[in-house]
Amino acid sequence: MEIIRIDQISPDLVILLQWGYITINATLVYTWLVMGILVFGSMLITRTLSTGITVSRWQNLLEVVVSGIRSEVRDIAHEDVDKYFPLIGTFFLFILLCNLLTFIPGYVAPTSSLTTTAALAVIVFFAVPYYGISKQGLGEYLKEYFRPIFIFFPFHVMGEFSRTLALAVRLFGNIMSHEKIIGILLVVTPLFFPVVMQALGLLIGLIQAYIFAILAMVYIASATQAHEAAEHKTAEKKA
Amino acid sequence: MDSMSIVAMASIIAAGFCMGIGALGPGLGQGRAVQGALHSIAQQPDERNSLTRTLFVGLAMIESIAIYCFVISMILVFANPFWGYVIKKAGG
Repeated sequence: MEIIRIDQISPDLVILLQWGYITINATLVYTWLVMGILVFGSMLITRTLSTGITVSRWQNLLEVVVSGIRSEVRDIAHEDVDKYFPLIGTFFLFILLCNLLTFIPGYVAPTSSLTTTAALAVIVFFAVPYYGISKQGLGEYLKEYFRPIFIFFPFHVMGEFSRTLALAVRLFGNIMSHEKIIGILLVVTPLFFPVVMQALGLLIGLIQAYIFAILAMVYIASATQAHEAAEHKTAEKKA
Repeated sequence: MDSMSIVAMASIIAAGFCMGIGALGPGLGQGRAVQGALHSIAQQPDERNSLTRTLFVGLAMIESIAIYCFVISMILVFANPFWGYVIKKAGG
């Protein structure tokens, strides 16, 4: 089953339904599929939570995943884990499921479209000032742009934009390149070798989901903690 | 040689060079990064978790340069913006 042709660079170009101004393309449909699996799966599992000695195997899975993400977030943020955990955990789970479902024939990862990854990166772009301002106030957050001296202001602004672009293009490039490589390998060396590459693709998908979530957390942490670290240093110098 | 084949040839050659040279630098850089991380882990195995996390974040940063090159060469081969112009010229 071939959903996306080899010369189509993004699943946005696969239009399933056109109705006036509304266009339903493959990216949208598969994003809804992933969202549905996440939402209804979590609802089904958390409906029968137990605190007893025996827990169901699905609850066990969810507990492992949630506590794993929590500990990773705690390692970077050190405090306020509950504040950052919903955003970072959602990033990780959504991207992970998007990438892992690629072993199902006919499925095209929504993350192999630049629109999905750009949307996720824009969320990070706005989440960083949101958490920064809510943590240390508007004035202190804006002062961060003029550290160490005011000449650095344009570089800070440029850095904000370039890292958003990097976040989007990194995820898109990795997943899209993998799909194209498998498509090309199917023509050159069919049957066995593409299967090995598919297995490698699962690893790449996992690592990319991890990296996206960790980088988002690092950016947020740098906006909320930079001032504290600077204050710490000056206090040390004084002492 | 008409302008269409010049555009096709130039974009294919440029895509090849872009990928080849663009993979060279990040390859060397990632090698050095992994070397440094392995060295550090061998010296201090207790700090393995934070070293591995920093390594992955750093590798992702280095790798994104190679990914830019890849995206550029994919655009040159599959979604070349100059094709539309050339085809319109040839047609009209």
